[in-house]
Amino acid sequence: MAAAFFYLFSAVLIASAFAVIVARNPVHSVLFLILAFVNGAGLFLLAGAEFLAMILVVVYVGAVAVLFLFVVMMLDVDFAELRQGFSKHLPLGAGVGAVVLIELGMIAVGWQSAPNALEAAQTPIAAGVSNTAALGQVLYTKYFVFFQASALVLLTAMIGAIVLTLHHRPGVKRQKIAEQNARTRENVIEIKKVPSRAGV
Amino acid sequence: MAVGLTHYLVVAAILFTLGVAGIILNRKNIIIILMSVELILLAVNINLVAFSAALGDLTGQVFALFILTVAAAEAAIGLAILVTYFRNRGTIAVEDINSLKG
Repeated sequence: MAAAFFYLFSAVLIASAFAVIVARNPVHSVLFLILAFVNGAGLFLLAGAEFLAMILVVVYVGAVAVLFLFVVMMLDVDFAELRQGFSKHLPLGAGVGAVVLIELGMIAVGWQSAPNALEAAQTPIAAGVSNTAALGQVLYTKYFVFFQASALVLLTAMIGAIVLTLHHRPGVKRQKIAEQNARTRENVIEIKKVPSRAGV
Repeated sequence: MAVGLTHYLVVAAILFTLGVAGIILNRKNIIIILMSVELILLAVNINLVAFSAALGDLTGQVFALFILTVAAAEAAIGLAILVTYFRNRGTIAVEDINSLKG
């Protein structure tokens, strides 16, 4: 049963990854990317990494892929023009892909693990705890510094993205609350005695 | 046929190859290039998780978590640069991105 699901997820994953790189419309590319991520999460589930599978769905499908979709729809670009040269690069792409695939395949099939690899595990998966709890026990103790560093990376990315994209257009009327609160009766109200029937 | 470590490695190798080929094929469209980079990172994550499961060691999953973090940050920064560039120049073709002073 697990084997059937493995082949199902792998087949859909590879097919949708192929569709990502050959789709004519970038919106279709993003949607196939989402499908690829969901099937990758299925593979993670089969491998026993439940927490990573859920994180993949939440972070990638929920945030990154939607960000891609947002940018693709926001940019007013002629994507057909950007696609020129696809057939020109096809032999090179197929050739490099074939070489990489053959090399990786030789490694993936022909490798041997060290005889003491199983005993050398630094952080063995604890029995009787859920995957999330086991991951937390390792992440918050042994890899705590790296965890903090990744938080810093995310903070930098957030500040960088905001600084890059935030810009104030001139000529836009905005509410300035500080100026509103600084107004007093003395400097904004002027009392004039107007004589009757004379006007100002 | 039982699913072993080699099966995961082969799937990840095919996914990695598709990502590399995608970068070469869509050399003008930087959005597709960024998506191909995401595919490559997904392949790496599948490798790490498969080894983690096969060796009974959680370190691979911790590394995959960190890769997810960095990939999310990279996508956010890359797309922000892309939006800023499009606002300034009105194009996102890769070969037009050749001058530093904006």
